Amino acid sequence: MARTLAQKIWDDHVVRSAPGEPDLLFVDLHLVHEVTSPQAFEALRLAGRRVRRPDLTVATMDHNTPTRGGRQAADDVSGKQMDALEENCRWAGVRLYGMGSRHQGIVHVIGPELGLTQPGLVIVCGDSHTSTHGAFGALAFGIGSSEVEHVLATQCLPQGRPHDLAVTIEGELPLGVVAKDVVLGLVSRVGISGGQGSAVEYRGSTIRALSMEGRMTICNMSIEWGARVGMVAPDDTTMAYLEGRPHAPRGADWENAIDAWRGLASDENAPFHQEIRLDAATLEPCVTWGTNPGQAVPVGGRVPEPADENQERALRYMALRPGTAMEDIAIDRVFIGSCTNARLEDLRAAAAVIQGRLVHQNVQALVVPGSTQVKLAAEAEGLDRVFRDAGFEWRDAGCSMCLGMNPDILQPGERCASTSNRNFEGRQGAGGRTHLLSPPMAAAAALTGHLVDVRSLV
Amino acid sequence: MEPFRRHQGRMVPLDRDNVDTDQIIPKQFLKRIERSGFGPFLFYDWRRNDPDFVLERPEYQGASVLLTGANFGCGSSREHAPWSLQDAGFKAVIAPSFADIFRTNCLKIGLLPVQLSESSVRRLMELAQEDPAIPVTVDLQARTVSAAGFSEPFEMDDFARDCLLNGWDDVGLTLRHEDAISAYEQRRAAWLPRVPTP
Repeated sequence: MARTLAQKIWDDHVVRSAPGEPDLLFVDLHLVHEVTSPQAFEALRLAGRRVRRPDLTVATMDHNTPTRGGRQAADDVSGKQMDALEENCRWAGVRLYGMGSRHQGIVHVIGPELGLTQPGLVIVCGDSHTSTHGAFGALAFGIGSSEVEHVLATQCLPQGRPHDLAVTIEGELPLGVVAKDVVLGLVSRVGISGGQGSAVEYRGSTIRALSMEGRMTICNMSIEWGARVGMVAPDDTTMAYLEGRPHAPRGADWENAIDAWRGLASDENAPFHQEIRLDAATLEPCVTWGTNPGQAVPVGGRVPEPADENQERALRYMALRPGTAMEDIAIDRVFIGSCTNARLEDLRAAAAVIQGRLVHQNVQALVVPGSTQVKLAAEAEGLDRVFRDAGFEWRDAGCSMCLGMNPDILQPGERCASTSNRNFEGRQGAGGRTHLLSPPMAAAAALTGHLVDVRSLV
Repeated sequence: MEPFRRHQGRMVPLDRDNVDTDQIIPKQFLKRIERSGFGPFLFYDWRRNDPDFVLERPEYQGASVLLTGANFGCGSSREHAPWSLQDAGFKAVIAPSFADIFRTNCLKIGLLPVQLSESSVRRLMELAQEDPAIPVTVDLQARTVSAAGFSEPFEMDDFARDCLLNGWDDVGLTLRHEDAISAYEQRRAAWLPRVPTP
């Protein structure tokens, strides 16, 4: 019977199936970070259990890590959380890329970078943006701390089957429209719960033409419209990205892997429960006006009339009037970073806009590379100089102002153009106001001091 | 996990859609390494900034069933969100829909996520607004919600219900299938990625 990509991976990972019970799935890779793991390790110890497969478990520090001043700059509570992760990894024999490691970084940036994220795997992490890894044709999803404990103890998870949802995007992207605009455009059309219960497969010529970085940006934000996983079938772009990475298969193993990966794509007549179709030509550079990622409009548009109380509330929080041109909205801060948009390609795209220009005098702008490797690579090609010369701060890797668990936060009332994934109330700091957009659009906002169509600057 | 069979308590109506986990518990409280004590931080910013916030009103103090809008718990996977609700005394959340990870997290800790139609949730909210002292009964055995002339069945699959009714340790359940896990491990391809123990 014809099967989808998600169904094939699912079937390959069923350890046990029984009527009336969720399938028990095997987990190939468990990524761990400091914030959602301490309670899981503690519960494991209290129950007298051990980590079943430390060799399939990798940890890093990213959520609360300072982006300047090193570990000693962390507050006491964050420091304790990092200490706990170190102790837990030592106890369990788990590889940890902690602060100071050259492989430290946002968990969803380092997995692909190390070549650990591969097609056909089941990947979990105690973080909702685990869907990022789906860009490689992996079945990857975020879990809570109880499930982290479950995977540590058993390397398995009981899971109910998701629905299969195809998002088919065809055509060439208009000039100046990038992956972030695709996903913001999509979420604004389908709403933030449109993907609930689904395994989403992104396909079509637009997706095929994207780099791995672009695909990761789109899969990353699958959770922002409620999907359980978001994935892209592996192809030549995927193989080219993976070949030669530290944990990618080599020699005869590489050939075996390629054979297996080629067979993963959805069969021609594979049954999807639903399909959403999008014409690439209708997409534009996008920016959010409200307090969830679905509240987005083309940058040339206006703040909409509120349709209900929830939207009225969002406008009040954002201090915006209906009818205001998006380009008339002045900003105080710019954040280029996060698991959505802090890979080398993202930094290059922002730097290309900034090159030879200066950050507006009213704006404080920040670049936080997604990983230490991204930072080093960017410095090797001089991107740090481009940013610094323009007046950006160039920081160390981590989640930083995407969620503001470290010292990088907005002050109440400050308005930020951000390449991150959530514009929820207070997300970047209590009382802070977030406008989500792409790296080139964030760069353009930094230069002009207001939201602006990047196409008018290049 | 504490078993959940039947609960009777008072309701508090939080009439908003898409309440995200950043609102349920803001990030600055995720730094603790303990599993308990998150109750005081529940809806921290809303409680602090809105003097009329429904959970702060005297008539709703002691409520143990939260009524809320669609897509409750969207956003991050932080289990701290259901921990904070549970620690603040909530036993059940009733909404037209839940975000997937949040719902799973609730089931793992015995906080009951009850999905009812939008009109049923609306009716319960009206009841709680008219008389905050009115009791609601959430019966998991019978899969019903009832209050003052209101009675509705809700769906919950048998397996999830059995786990909650018995308070089963689901890690323990999985470990009963040790043989199946070992057999699966034996047949995995040798080239799959591994990170050797340091």
